[in-house]
Amino acid sequence: MKEIVIDPITRLEGHGNVSIFLNDKGEVENAYLKIPELRGFEKFCIGRRAELMPQLTTRICGVCPVAHHFASVKALDAAFNVEPPSAAKKLRELMNCGYYIYDHTLHFYYLGGPDFIVGPDAPAEKRNILGVIEKAGLDVAKEVIKHRAYGQKITAIIGGKATHPVCAIPGGISKALSEENRQEIETLAKSSVEFAKFTLKIFHDLVLGNSKYLDLIKSDAYTMNTYYMGTVDAKNKVNFYDGKVRVVDPSGKEFLKFEPKDYLKHVGEHVEEWTYSKFPYLKKIGWKGFAYGPDSGVYRVGPLGRLNASDGMATPLAQAEYEVMYKTLGKPVHGTLAFHWARLIELLYAAERAVELAKDPEITSTNIRNKPGTPGEGIGIVEAARGTLIHHYTLDKDAMVKDVNMIVATTNNYPAICMSIRDAAKGLIHGGKVDQGILNKVEMAFRAYDPCFGCATHFAVGQMPLTVEVFDSNKQRIQTLQR
Amino acid sequence: MSQKLKIAFYWAASCGGCEIAVLDINEKILDVVKIADIVFWPVAMDVKYKDVENMPDKYIDITFFNGSIRNSEQEHMAKLLRKKSKTLVAFGSCAHEGCIPGLANLNNRDEIFEQVYVKDKSNVNPKAVMPKTTTTVKEGTLKIPEFYDTVKTLGQTVDVDYYLPGCPPPVKLISNAIDAIAQGKLPPKGSVLAPLKAVCDECPRKRDNKKITKIYRVHEKAPDPDRCLMEQGIICMGFATRSGCGAQCLNVDMPCTGCGGATPNQPEVGAGMITALASILGIDKEPGQYTDEDVEKLMNQIKDPVGTFYMYSLPASILKRKVMKK
Repeated sequence: MKEIVIDPITRLEGHGNVSIFLNDKGEVENAYLKIPELRGFEKFCIGRRAELMPQLTTRICGVCPVAHHFASVKALDAAFNVEPPSAAKKLRELMNCGYYIYDHTLHFYYLGGPDFIVGPDAPAEKRNILGVIEKAGLDVAKEVIKHRAYGQKITAIIGGKATHPVCAIPGGISKALSEENRQEIETLAKSSVEFAKFTLKIFHDLVLGNSKYLDLIKSDAYTMNTYYMGTVDAKNKVNFYDGKVRVVDPSGKEFLKFEPKDYLKHVGEHVEEWTYSKFPYLKKIGWKGFAYGPDSGVYRVGPLGRLNASDGMATPLAQAEYEVMYKTLGKPVHGTLAFHWARLIELLYAAERAVELAKDPEITSTNIRNKPGTPGEGIGIVEAARGTLIHHYTLDKDAMVKDVNMIVATTNNYPAICMSIRDAAKGLIHGGKVDQGILNKVEMAFRAYDPCFGCATHFAVGQMPLTVEVFDSNKQRIQTLQR
Repeated sequence: MSQKLKIAFYWAASCGGCEIAVLDINEKILDVVKIADIVFWPVAMDVKYKDVENMPDKYIDITFFNGSIRNSEQEHMAKLLRKKSKTLVAFGSCAHEGCIPGLANLNNRDEIFEQVYVKDKSNVNPKAVMPKTTTTVKEGTLKIPEFYDTVKTLGQTVDVDYYLPGCPPPVKLISNAIDAIAQGKLPPKGSVLAPLKAVCDECPRKRDNKKITKIYRVHEKAPDPDRCLMEQGIICMGFATRSGCGAQCLNVDMPCTGCGGATPNQPEVGAGMITALASILGIDKEPGQYTDEDVEKLMNQIKDPVGTFYMYSLPASILKRKVMKK
């Protein structure tokens, strides 16, 4: 048996590591994605003051603190049995839109997008933000830096700080939005709509206009028919902040639709010895190992999961693009690389929705907090950029935290990411032959998910350098590849 | 400057927010590129661990290290980067004082594993399977780093030259540090690269030097937006916390929770805060008129003192961790 270890930098470093095992014929036998880190929030949050949870849990992930902030405070709203005023909910949703603008921009231009914009076969040193600038031009780069910052600015205005905001309190939000700040957010959001349209145009020109890329998106190595999960509104349109959780089966048919409070009936977590992260699955089907199709409980979340699990987008421009994607690729889309397209449709939706909310007359209302009731148990769900995010707390009579359970965005995708890597390796590595181009393409399989194991622990925010070691059946290293 | 500086960024047990803070300097990153070559940054660049190992000792001019030390892999990298760097900066609260993940020092490894892998409500794990450093699967052997009982700061692991506080460090402090480096004007070794003042000094709220008799939690009271939160009974760590943030949390009517670390004249945030509280907590009655019970009642209003006063600094504090029974 040969073993290939794909490591961010090496075995001793980074925050995720892939081992690929080859059989005697040099074909891929199996692959493992190990998460080497744990921090233990579920334990050390016990005993803390309940109202601190929205701030404590932001430190699970500094890339998506806003999502944790709001999943947490929604769990507290439920635990304190208090409904926030409408304006408070709108302000939370508006800030969440700001977070999507920043985060989806970050991924498309800095992290995952370079694979397409610069090209999957381009040399590694070109497949980064600098390569994007070279291909798309310096003016584009300026727009990218500007609009990523706009998203952060919206969060900072409402949340106090962009990274690790502090505004969420059970029953509402800490501060009303001034008219001056409202106007600023409206300007930033309107500019972001134009930027999202422009980004989609780049995607159409450079990616969809190239049949080679389209074939890659549709190819077997990147295709996996799974269940999909996402939060939807009353009309089954994608919603990032609130609604019911909907799951569709691999044929696209509704399989489940549940209230956040019922998540334990539907989602379980499996534990393996070789990794610190857990493996969520649909309880109704069960954990059947790393398998897909209707008989496996594996599901996918995040941009493609949400779009597949919905009937559309709630804003006009995003809806139009949603229709184009499904007309091009069919529904549901099982091609993992389509995550990138779905992400840009969501970027457009987030910007359009931010404009709507910024223009809402109620958004500057000073009625922003209701009085919490008696503390108890509560569950809160929001859609983080990388998928469905669940916080579940039990409080004692003094509103101190007694128990915590969390299923975080990327963790939902962990079983699927493991399989995507395995399948890409199986489809691309033959006869023991491994070269740079093949490794890039294996890596693309998981970068499409925008994996942020900061959620599970945390993972590389950016592009991962790879070292690959090939071992023969006597465990002697016969080849080392680096890029 | 004849030669460009060689700079490295690394992260250990952290959330990624410090990396985002570096991106948040926006166009300023172009200034950095003008004065420095980034020789190692795992999240953004293709430089490998082996390349670092092959660098001569002290090859890197400045390494910015974020995250605390939670497992064997992180300890190894801290030691390696110390050896390869002339100057090592503990970047952000985790590396500086242990931060929120440092609250895990209230527990040990077994308790954390028990909760995460067995007790968590969504687990389906009847055989109580837990991660192991070495696992044999049918295709071979899989290894993961060892999870330690105790979270340590960077300074408790290796010698640190400078500290850049905050969770994450405010953009202004990062920019100031870059300028100081560019001009060769770094302060003496061991300095914290932040103002010498407290958050209170940056906070525009009005203070009346009033005593407080009742403590409110943030969800229990909508505060007056113009007055000091502490004087309204909401525990605010601004007294004892180093500034540089522009009192951002106070701007949205939320109290400071202490991410900037202790002000220069305090040994640690917790002790500083308890001292400050002692002088502001009051009882309506005249001295001699109140009982020990009155005092105790007042003090009991402070829930979870460790989690409140040491929210960001337990590993670095005089407490360090909870003593566990063998």
